[in-house]
Amino acid sequence: MSGITEPRGLTKGALAATSWLVYFFFYAPILVLIIYSFSDSRNASVWGGFTTSWYSEFASDGELTGALSNSIRIAIVATLVSVVLGTMSAFALERFRFRGQRVFDALLYLPVIIPDVTMAVMLLLFFAQAATWFGFPKGFGTIALSHIAFCISFVSIVVRARLSGMDDKLEEAAMDLYASRWQAFRHVTLPLIMPGILGGGLLAMTLSLDDVVITQFVTGGGWSTLPVYVFSLIRKGVTPLINAVSVVMLVASMALVALSLLAQRLRGDDAV
Amino acid sequence: MTSSRFRWTAVIAAFAMILAGCGGDSGTESAAAECELGQTDGPLALYNWAEYIDPEQLDAFGAEYGIDATMTEYDSNEAMLPVVSAGNSGYDVVVPSDYMVGIMIDGEFVQPLNFDLIPNASNISDEFASPSYDPDLTYSVPYQWGYTGLAVDTDVVGTDFPRSWDLVFGDAVPAEAAGKITLLNDPRETMGAALKALGYSLNTTDQGELDEAQALIESAKGNLLRFDTDSSDELLTAGESAIAHGYSGDMFTQFLEMDDPSRYVFFVPEEGGTRWIDNMVIPFDAPHPCTAHTFINWMLDGEQGATLSNWNYYATPNAASIDLLDDDLNAFLTDPSVLPGGLDKVEEIADTGDFEINYSDAFENAKG
Repeated sequence: MSGITEPRGLTKGALAATSWLVYFFFYAPILVLIIYSFSDSRNASVWGGFTTSWYSEFASDGELTGALSNSIRIAIVATLVSVVLGTMSAFALERFRFRGQRVFDALLYLPVIIPDVTMAVMLLLFFAQAATWFGFPKGFGTIALSHIAFCISFVSIVVRARLSGMDDKLEEAAMDLYASRWQAFRHVTLPLIMPGILGGGLLAMTLSLDDVVITQFVTGGGWSTLPVYVFSLIRKGVTPLINAVSVVMLVASMALVALSLLAQRLRGDDAV
Repeated sequence: MTSSRFRWTAVIAAFAMILAGCGGDSGTESAAAECELGQTDGPLALYNWAEYIDPEQLDAFGAEYGIDATMTEYDSNEAMLPVVSAGNSGYDVVVPSDYMVGIMIDGEFVQPLNFDLIPNASNISDEFASPSYDPDLTYSVPYQWGYTGLAVDTDVVGTDFPRSWDLVFGDAVPAEAAGKITLLNDPRETMGAALKALGYSLNTTDQGELDEAQALIESAKGNLLRFDTDSSDELLTAGESAIAHGYSGDMFTQFLEMDDPSRYVFFVPEEGGTRWIDNMVIPFDAPHPCTAHTFINWMLDGEQGATLSNWNYYATPNAASIDLLDDDLNAFLTDPSVLPGGLDKVEEIADTGDFEINYSDAFENAKG
């Protein structure tokens, strides 16, 4: 590799120091969060000896576990639907040329670039109208639709990146060998872009599980998600219970990421 | 509950109101004119602060009337307002704080209550019968309330101190407490405290008075640990602070978790302080106004009010609940030394409209 050389001396030291500093900035707060989730004191900034009671309190708190199960159900629906729609739109944009494509392309990025609050207000007013016209109640449906709305863009971007890196000749070769368009997609393209789809899906699931601002505006009928409920609890002061909930969410997110890396590695072995 | 006000949510709220065409055209007619006492016309959807009612109490209401009762939580008045004002929120009962009730009445986002359906309103204590934001209780009834004042650690400061704002602002700051004082990180509360210390109204719209209050806070900064809202109670019991400006309910709950609650004292300084009141209101387009009225009436029952307060330890505005409260809560509520200046000295924070920004600016300048 001609362009890349090993840095030396001072440069190397400075680079290493910067990296460690960045890691420190990233992980020191998380470490503090984890340590204090085991603190036997109601005060989140005072160490009161080791305990796991906050975790059992989380497990036995019906409101928190209810919010957690709401979050998971919404994330699963939002992920499945946005993966299908996002992949389809990525495919359409990457493989075909059609009238209005650039407009569609630009519009697809909108949820990624506009601020959360703007999207939240748009959806709030939209669902208020929907309730007037169709009697569509707020709750699971409105939260899931909102999450799907912003997840599609992210899935589509990730899948497109994978598609554009793929050699179209493989698909052409398959069709030369009498594969139908569907067979070529099913047996050649889909396996190749699978890591992109998985990555996009896991990204969508993470975004759905994490969202506060948009969910807060479109929720109703007792459908509080975990982050929204935790956010409203913080107003009454931070206890290590909040830390424990955060640690659980953190571990779940990291497990999802690890899972996606593993899936991509396996897929890579297959392809070789 | 006076929570910290996020300016951006206020902007969003205003935006939502404009887009929503300022609520509905419900006018001033109560939608519950047709309801009968104790009638329900569908499930109850309550929009409330987190942990502000025992889920079991909510279930008990549902069971008694054979309907579903669900609660959705919000974290600030400003987060609740845009959702309700946009219309079709789907909520039957909402629990806004005092100043927010005024804003919701002005915007016609709430409907007048039909008091024929709320006979238990007679349980409301006289001192809550005519709040500044809804003088005749036309649209709202009180839910729970509390004071903002000072909490003192007597192990550090002793018991011989003036029950006055001088304890944090003036020359009377005890030497032991220097550098161990926290003030709320909230423009209206902390500017309000300084205004009260100077003998002014905490809802003043006089820039001169506000400037004086700003100077007073600036001069007190040398003795401060910091400005803190979320953990003022915990800092005190952890020993990091010795005098804390904070909310009565939070302080009281925190004291009772300590081995020796009598070590701590909470009071509203004799010059006066803030009283916050959270209220039950019905949104202008509530889908089940009969159920909403039935729920409000049920909550104003003496026993239900006591159940509520004994669960979350905030004070009750319900005269019929007082005797049913836990002893330590009752002792706190009826202790005359909590309110040395008397009830005439406390005020609710009112919406000052365009002048709000002056409060924010003065507070930011004072903090430096």
